[in-house]
Amino acid sequence: MASLEEGLYDLGRLDRLAYLDTPIHRLDPRAKVVTTLVYLVCVVSFGKYEVLPMLPFLIYPVVLATEGNLPLGFLMRKLIAVAPFAVLVGIFNPFLDRETVMYVGNLAISGGWVSFASILVRFFLTTIAALVLIATTSFPGVCVGLASLRVPDVLVTQLLLLYRYIFVLGEETMRMARARSLRSFDGKGMGPAVYGQILGHLLLRTYARAGRLYQAMLARGFDGQVRIMRSLRFTTRDAIFVAGWSALFVVFRVYNVPLLLGRLMTGLIS
Amino acid sequence: MSHHTIDVSGLGFAYPDGTAALEDVSFHIGHGESVAIVGANGAGKSTLLMHLNGFLMPVRGSVNIGGTPVAKGTLSDIRKTVGMVFQDPDDQLFMPSVFEDVAFGPMNLGLPVDQIEARVDDALERVGASRLKERPPYRLSGGEKRAVAIATVLAMSASILVMDEPSSNLDPRARRRLIELLAGFEHTKIIATHDLDMALELCERTIVMSGGRVTADGATRDIFTDVKLLDESGLEKPLSLQGCPICGMA
Repeated sequence: MASLEEGLYDLGRLDRLAYLDTPIHRLDPRAKVVTTLVYLVCVVSFGKYEVLPMLPFLIYPVVLATEGNLPLGFLMRKLIAVAPFAVLVGIFNPFLDRETVMYVGNLAISGGWVSFASILVRFFLTTIAALVLIATTSFPGVCVGLASLRVPDVLVTQLLLLYRYIFVLGEETMRMARARSLRSFDGKGMGPAVYGQILGHLLLRTYARAGRLYQAMLARGFDGQVRIMRSLRFTTRDAIFVAGWSALFVVFRVYNVPLLLGRLMTGLIS
Repeated sequence: MSHHTIDVSGLGFAYPDGTAALEDVSFHIGHGESVAIVGANGAGKSTLLMHLNGFLMPVRGSVNIGGTPVAKGTLSDIRKTVGMVFQDPDDQLFMPSVFEDVAFGPMNLGLPVDQIEARVDDALERVGASRLKERPPYRLSGGEKRAVAIATVLAMSASILVMDEPSSNLDPRARRRLIELLAGFEHTKIIATHDLDMALELCERTIVMSGGRVTADGATRDIFTDVKLLDESGLEKPLSLQGCPICGMA
């Protein structure tokens, strides 16, 4: 269960990064949420055979991570940890789509490989942007931002509680997993049947905790709306941040910047 | 509700599956009194506490807080008066930061912002947790969590404090601090606990429960020296009333 412990530890570390104090951290959460949203829409809306035009988008997470003092190595490790999901999504493309779409030298490259690469690049860009957002804004900060952008309360409350209790649930799971492995010998008792029981048990515990939690909320006058008191100030600096980056993203989206640069270079050389 | 009194009369309760949890429970707790509720596991302590702010409604009998009966229509008043500190602070601290958690109740009361801030600061200072203000609850120690959980109730200006096992899972020094903290409160206090030594220090009166009934109600010192009663209720003499294990002197 070391991986679960590591996962929890890393989540804690990501959480602590959000309490750093840098110009990026001081930006209004709404500015970062909106900019990230524009970024995501631009990246995701590329065609399935496009790879190169997406690459310039890398500049946004890199600049924010550098300015925000985030350890890039740590973020990369997190990315690699979730990469198998993206690989799984795209891995069948090369087999299904065998039509040649381009040549690199004499090597014919099929559409499947290009779209696979496109999926990986997309995954990389979107996930690192999300990580950077959380690490510079904190998860609750993002939630407050969402709430003031008129995202429904129910959703925001769900997200807040999810984040608060993921630590509690993780520790509970860890304790149960430890208790099991202490009494399992030669791989006996480690099978999927026991896994199912542990999951069922966790579900029941979670259900009971949710009940107690709700009582605790009622005891303090909860009426269906979680009110958060955080004063947000959207300054000119925030506006410039949103406008500047968004404009850049739109340019990246509309013009094939690597291609233009390439032409410019070859033009200069010839 | 000027008087912070609790009147429970003929209270009976059975869970929906038919398990009887309380039978004919009656007592009166006066303004400013500090009362311990003790009893073995499953004696009905927690079920009783849940009636005091209307999480559970009586099947028989009634509960009155400061003369107001606990009923659907009075719940919001009752819950302003009765502050409940839960056994597991993780159930009570659900907001992203200590400040926001303590502010949760006052926000729901609809107070103006400057008053909320004043109340939060005051409550945190009283439990000695001012420096934890910005911390997320999952990064607090057990003792800190307990202190903040108490602050969440203080910030509501509750006049009656109901606590379920406040000293459980605390290290000796955190427990000592908690006892000193509680001793300084002028609230009417009801403390359900297995920590009989704490009960001896904090509560002049004790109610003993067994099998969903009140089996004794009287001065703490008298009850804790009644060996027969304690034995029948699944309890034993507090350590501070037992003989010294080295010299044998009481």
